[in-house]
Amino acid sequence: MASPQKLTPGRALTMLFTGAFALACLYPFIMVISGSLTTRQAAATYGFTLVPREFSTEAYKILFSNSWAIINGYKVTLAVTFIGTAASILTNSMMAFALSQPSLPGKKALNIYVLITMLFNGGMVPWYIVCTRYLHLKDSLFALIIPMLAGAWNIFLIRNYFRSIPYDLYESAKIDGAGDFYAFIRIYVPLAKPVLATVLLFTALGYWNDWWLGLMLIEKQELQPLQMLLRAIISNIQFLQTMDSSPQMQLMMANIPGDGVRMALVVITTGPIIALYPFVQRYFVKGIMIGSVKG
Amino acid sequence: MTAARVAPRKRKSKLKAVAQNWQMYLMAAPAAMLLFLFSYLPMAGLVVAFKRYSFDTGIFGSPWADPWYKNFEILFKNNPAAFTAMRNTLFLNAMFILAGTVFALALALSFNELRSPLYKRITQSLSFLPFFISTVVVGVFVSGMLAYETGSLNGMLQSLGLRRVNFYMKAEYWPLIMLIVNIWKGAGYNSIVYLAAISGIDTAFYEAAEIDGASRMQQIWRITLPLLRPTVIILTIMAVGRIMNSDFGLFFNVTRDIPTLYPTVDVIDTYIYRALRKLGDIGISSATGFFQSVVSLILVLSSNKLANGVEEGSALF
Repeated sequence: MASPQKLTPGRALTMLFTGAFALACLYPFIMVISGSLTTRQAAATYGFTLVPREFSTEAYKILFSNSWAIINGYKVTLAVTFIGTAASILTNSMMAFALSQPSLPGKKALNIYVLITMLFNGGMVPWYIVCTRYLHLKDSLFALIIPMLAGAWNIFLIRNYFRSIPYDLYESAKIDGAGDFYAFIRIYVPLAKPVLATVLLFTALGYWNDWWLGLMLIEKQELQPLQMLLRAIISNIQFLQTMDSSPQMQLMMANIPGDGVRMALVVITTGPIIALYPFVQRYFVKGIMIGSVKG
Repeated sequence: MTAARVAPRKRKSKLKAVAQNWQMYLMAAPAAMLLFLFSYLPMAGLVVAFKRYSFDTGIFGSPWADPWYKNFEILFKNNPAAFTAMRNTLFLNAMFILAGTVFALALALSFNELRSPLYKRITQSLSFLPFFISTVVVGVFVSGMLAYETGSLNGMLQSLGLRRVNFYMKAEYWPLIMLIVNIWKGAGYNSIVYLAAISGIDTAFYEAAEIDGASRMQQIWRITLPLLRPTVIILTIMAVGRIMNSDFGLFFNVTRDIPTLYPTVDVIDTYIYRALRKLGDIGISSATGFFQSVVSLILVLSSNKLANGVEEGSALF
């Protein structure tokens, strides 16, 4: 019988498999950092490599010579992420609070009302017409926030957690004369911190990474979020056209690889997420586990 | 007599209960309102598939199509592009479900066997790193690998003395590329779901097997996998319920919406997007969307019923 510590062939295989997959997951990130720091010559000869064969920071120089677009994109994305996440958590947890009440008249109907949105949707076309023609959401900051605010999945996740909080707490607060909203803010929200942290992270990630709302509802350049900026730059040349292209700049552009500017922009837009990743990942794991085990 | 007298009082007390809870309803109102605007209105808006839409008169004011199935006729008759999109969607999703499940399961089982906590933590953390990035960034990653001139894969091919491949012009490679990207992005996440199920297995089973002299492999084969079966079946059934839908972002951003690749990787969602935004054809895009929504609803409801049949209370509702 194999002792737990002994390295059997089977165990070596599991280490190899998980290790290989982990490296495959890491590889593109390193490749993009290296690709943003190399020259056209090196990339064309060797392809993008893990370590730049020839070192160059010109992609970043070009990017920052047009820093208005990036700073503006950052502003939009930060605003959308902060406002959107805060508003979304409040909206969804308030609904979850009402749904978690054992004897609220009409609770069952309300539950079904939320559930139906999980099972059925009108799809892209009616959604687009409703947003643009009826709600006039085109080209406003709200267009990047409001459509994603309420979500059945998060509502149910929070509701399930609220249900596990002893009802006595609520009742004694009521006896002390507290209103429902007061009980929600003072008792339920602090006690539900673990699930709210998870939902907060998923929501913030969703807003930070969103480009769909930008694609569908935003045409003004100054309202485009970071991800759309990244999407818009298909080629360096196209990027060059968005700014005044001095001969000097064109010379620099000729020196960086085709994907160079995009890769530099990936580093700049994705960097913050990766930097925060070690601190937040346990909440994500917890969230996936809560979400997968039905309450 | 008494019943008649009780009824109004009962109604009154119910009204009183509603009035007492006014704060609750007020708190539920914002989410209810938003769901109405962004979920229920578009559901009602599905009728546009039966209309001759014009922007001025809107969804509900536009005249009905003549005949009422006109948009569907255009969609289903002599429309190879729509047929291709539907075929691709079903084929690719079937492949994703099958290969994705096997891969995520293998990954979860492997993670579970790792004995060094540090190694386990590092590999697991890296494995769901791809989940955190947007599909736009995934598009840049794939382009960095596959681009003709600079892609690292093409660099490798050349250094091995092989010819470079112009991947973005060859549709036949893309089902495999999308499968790999799909697994790469989702396997780490999905493995956590399976690990959660594995951690729920009673350790007494393994202790008993150990005493009987079962090897680790036998334990996996005879205990872990059979006990995971309901979870696997349920997740698969639920995935089949969504088989008409694709991750629009992944297809749109990774294939860069290049027409050469449509024959193998154009899916219903990208087809609808193009018909809506590039061609501005509300008729055909809404008919496709209606078809997709209705078939999806039927699939979700029946898969839910199936999942509940496997294990009571395991499905969505």
